[in-house]
Amino acid sequence: MSALTASRHLLLIAFILYTIGTILFTISVTGKKFRSKEGQQAGRRLGGVAFAVALLGFLSQVGYFFSRWKADGHVPVSNLFEYTTFFSMMMVLAFIIIYLIYKNNSVGIVTLPIAVIIIAYASVFPTDVEPLIPALQSNWLKIHVTTVALGEGILSLSFVAGLVYLIRVIDQSKRSARTFWLEAVLFVLICAVAFSAVSAIFQAQGYHVTFNWVNEKNEKDQLTYHMPAIAGPYEGEKIAKDSDRFGPLFEAPSWMNGKEAPRKLNTVIWSFIGGVILYLLIRLLLLGRRIGWALNRIMQGVNPPLMDEISYRAVAIGFPIFTLGGLVFAAIWAQEAWGRFWGWDPKEVWALITFFFYAAYLHFRLSRGWEGEKSAWLTVIGFIIIMFNLIFVNLVIAGLHSYA
Amino acid sequence: MGREIICECGYVNPEGTILCEACGNPLRDDQTKPILTMRYEGGARRSQTYQRTIIDKIWNYFSSVKVGIALIILVLIAMAIGTILPQDNAIPSDDPETYYAKQWGAFGKLYVKLGFDHLYTSWWWIILLGLLGLSITVASIDRFVPLYRALKNQRVTRHERYLRRQRLFGRTQTDRPDEIIAKAKEVLKEKRYRIREENGNLFAEKGRFSRWGPYVNHIGILIVLLAGVLRFVPGMYVNEGVWIPEGEKRLLPGTHGKYYIENHRFVLQTYQKNDKRYQKALDRVGAVPKNFQSNVTLYKAKDSAILGEKPKLVKVKDYKIRVNHPLVYDHYRIYQSDFRTQLYKMKFNMVDKETGKSLGTFAVNLINPKKTYDLGNGYKVILEDYLPDFYFDKSGKPATKSNQPNNPAFVFKMVAPDRPKGDVSFVGIQTNLEPLGKNKYKIAFNNLITRYESGLSVRKDMTVWVAFVGAIIFLIGVAQGMYWNHRRVWLQRVNGELWLAANANKHWQSLKKDLSVLVDKTGLNAPVDQLEQKAFESENGRGLAT
Ligand code: HEM
Repeated sequence: MSALTASRHLLLIAFILYTIGTILFTISVTGKKFRSKEGQQAGRRLGGVAFAVALLGFLSQVGYFFSRWKADGHVPVSNLFEYTTFFSMMMVLAFIIIYLIYKNNSVGIVTLPIAVIIIAYASVFPTDVEPLIPALQSNWLKIHVTTVALGEGILSLSFVAGLVYLIRVIDQSKRSARTFWLEAVLFVLICAVAFSAVSAIFQAQGYHVTFNWVNEKNEKDQLTYHMPAIAGPYEGEKIAKDSDRFGPLFEAPSWMNGKEAPRKLNTVIWSFIGGVILYLLIRLLLLGRRIGWALNRIMQGVNPPLMDEISYRAVAIGFPIFTLGGLVFAAIWAQEAWGRFWGWDPKEVWALITFFFYAAYLHFRLSRGWEGEKSAWLTVIGFIIIMFNLIFVNLVIAGLHSYA
Repeated sequence: MGREIICECGYVNPEGTILCEACGNPLRDDQTKPILTMRYEGGARRSQTYQRTIIDKIWNYFSSVKVGIALIILVLIAMAIGTILPQDNAIPSDDPETYYAKQWGAFGKLYVKLGFDHLYTSWWWIILLGLLGLSITVASIDRFVPLYRALKNQRVTRHERYLRRQRLFGRTQTDRPDEIIAKAKEVLKEKRYRIREENGNLFAEKGRFSRWGPYVNHIGILIVLLAGVLRFVPGMYVNEGVWIPEGEKRLLPGTHGKYYIENHRFVLQTYQKNDKRYQKALDRVGAVPKNFQSNVTLYKAKDSAILGEKPKLVKVKDYKIRVNHPLVYDHYRIYQSDFRTQLYKMKFNMVDKETGKSLGTFAVNLINPKKTYDLGNGYKVILEDYLPDFYFDKSGKPATKSNQPNNPAFVFKMVAPDRPKGDVSFVGIQTNLEPLGKNKYKIAFNNLITRYESGLSVRKDMTVWVAFVGAIIFLIGVAQGMYWNHRRVWLQRVNGELWLAANANKHWQSLKKDLSVLVDKTGLNAPVDQLEQKAFESENGRGLAT
């Protein structure tokens, strides 16, 4: 078996184990009250099993990482598929660290499915082994990218704990702005699931439609969609062979300047549509009740002040690591590669924005009344910023870092 | 100093103190919450005490965390807006005003008007960072001083109210307190607490240094900000670019005439199409570059060069400059940043128009052309005029835009034994005119020879080290404050009971773990987490299922 095949199998195994882990963690927590001793003990035993499964999944993913490294000939963090999978791995690592400190099962219920979603999301990008352009041939690349991913993984865990906190404390007995926004957050996560599902369906059919267009470098180019085109390229024309294919219904705006931005926009639209359908289906299954309500039932046993502390702890651990990787190592690498340690490139600026955001979070927590729910909402915003940097900066803005 | 406050315990506290520095007794009536606010140990902060003069007011304003957060968020929003459109150094025009307006209409116009096109050099950005620096400084001093005092002066024996209102608190009825305290001392020592005893009471403390983390990290940030300011000091920062064609030698700009570099060869390698490992990806994306490299020699100019005279050059070293591997010498760093091809030589034949026979070949160096080309047998070509970057000017006359050979055109005079005065022809890319009437001979294009030009950038940045040191100090400070925490445990005899109270500045779980060991080994009653208790009670009051 080649290293590449091995890496694919190992990633799949990790994917499956994380899914099983999610189910086990859910059972371990359901119905348990945080102040009842017996409930805690039973849950703890099952939680231990769930943790072992997650740990095995993590080891399998580590196996994926190193076999992929062998296949690549360089650290596998150099395209969107590799970086995103690595990010999910770091998130699970962060979970393991936090679990070892707090032995808390509730965090697992949310972390593992998010890791699953992220792996599924990553897998729809081209997974070919790619060569490195000269600027990326540097040891600092390895160090910079891996540290950033670890930092972002841990910071994301603060979002996970924050989300558990919100699910637990928001009163679902009546509708409010809080239930609405919580539902919105869950909806976005569902869109990510839908994205993977929709991509998988069209990829299985081998669907494609190709456009002639002028790309972000002002060159004539062709762009192939693997999903039916709802949003076409700006002033794009279907090639003659595909003229009878569906769409586009409208054109992507001209200011979307990222690499292959129109196709990415189209994907976002499909994810949204898929997300709406999936969301409505789930609510139908819940007899119309909010998803937040169902999760709230499951999380009755969660201890809110502890969840708040875990969320804060994750920022406390992740913030310095992110700073080290995303700013200091990034600056050293930029100094080696381009001779300027800081150049206000959009991706750099967004890393700095992330830094400032979490600095603001830490200072908010110094003021009375900002612990608990308000902090939890802040971690949601933090996660949005991280995801924005990962996905949307590449979509909208063309810079030095546009990987994909 | 203003009025002092004398506590029940006899300790004299400075004006503005909230919790007595020595025994912790709450000195202000507004400290009536069930759990004490332990921030800065209730020390007397200048900003909370003095509010009279204008300086007090400014001090108070900038010491407020709310103001600090507002500044951080303003910086954050400004940067986010700054990424909506490219910065002015990333646009293909030197006239931002018209470019932004043309590309993005009214929004682009506004963007330039507000200075977002050059955000990081705009006056209001610099002021914003200045205020941030001021705020960090003032807020840190305002808190550091009282915190330091309070932690230095704390006594072992604490006021009952102080103990009862700690978040972790428990009482134990016992008739053998000495034994328990002795055991507790042993356990806590094992956990690396520093122990102090007084009147049979015990105080254990660990990780106090982590309280200084924020102040250390703020100093780091101030140093990084300072590095930004230093960049404007002359001599600290050089950022120049130079194009050097293969085979040429050039002065390195920004080195005050001190260094020259010769570019022997530029090397461009791409990944091989048939590379098995990457084949699939290469099929998908096309050619991918593997290496950009300039083989160069660095020279130093001898000091004694007389003005106007060519300096004597001494070889310093040979180097292969590649991306990620700059040439480093004497604080200068020379980077491989770009490349392009340059038209170098053009080869022509002189041809007899009738017979089509070639009478000889010659090559014109487009950078430094010769005047005459002798083809032998009495044939020669004279270059009468050379327009490296040819166009027709306003009056319709041929002219040149620059001295770069972007669109070379030539006026040749062809001399032959039968045409001693010479035929004149005007030759350019895709043009061949005979301005003076019928010619017997013509110049036919034969071949074009190009060469690479390396784009090198020359950098010197003495501020890197300042920024780097600042960043390291910042990281040390953050780790100090985040990866460690300050834990304190009080064990005190009160009316035949043992009172156990404990406080952590953060990460309570670590403290709770220590305490659970302590409780197991000493038989003390487990302390209650009054915060969780409160959350639990308020929730049950709210009527959720239990
Ligand atoms: C980019 C700017 C800044 C960064 C990165 C930064 C970073 C930090 C960090 C990491 C902490 C420790 C937080 C914790 O332990 O939970 C901290 C604490 C603090 N910061 Fe900042 N800070 C910044 C700006 C400011 C500003 C402008 C103020 C002005 C009010 C300020 C005031 C404080 C205060 C009062 C503390 C708490 C100190 C203590 O607990 O003893 N900071 N800062």
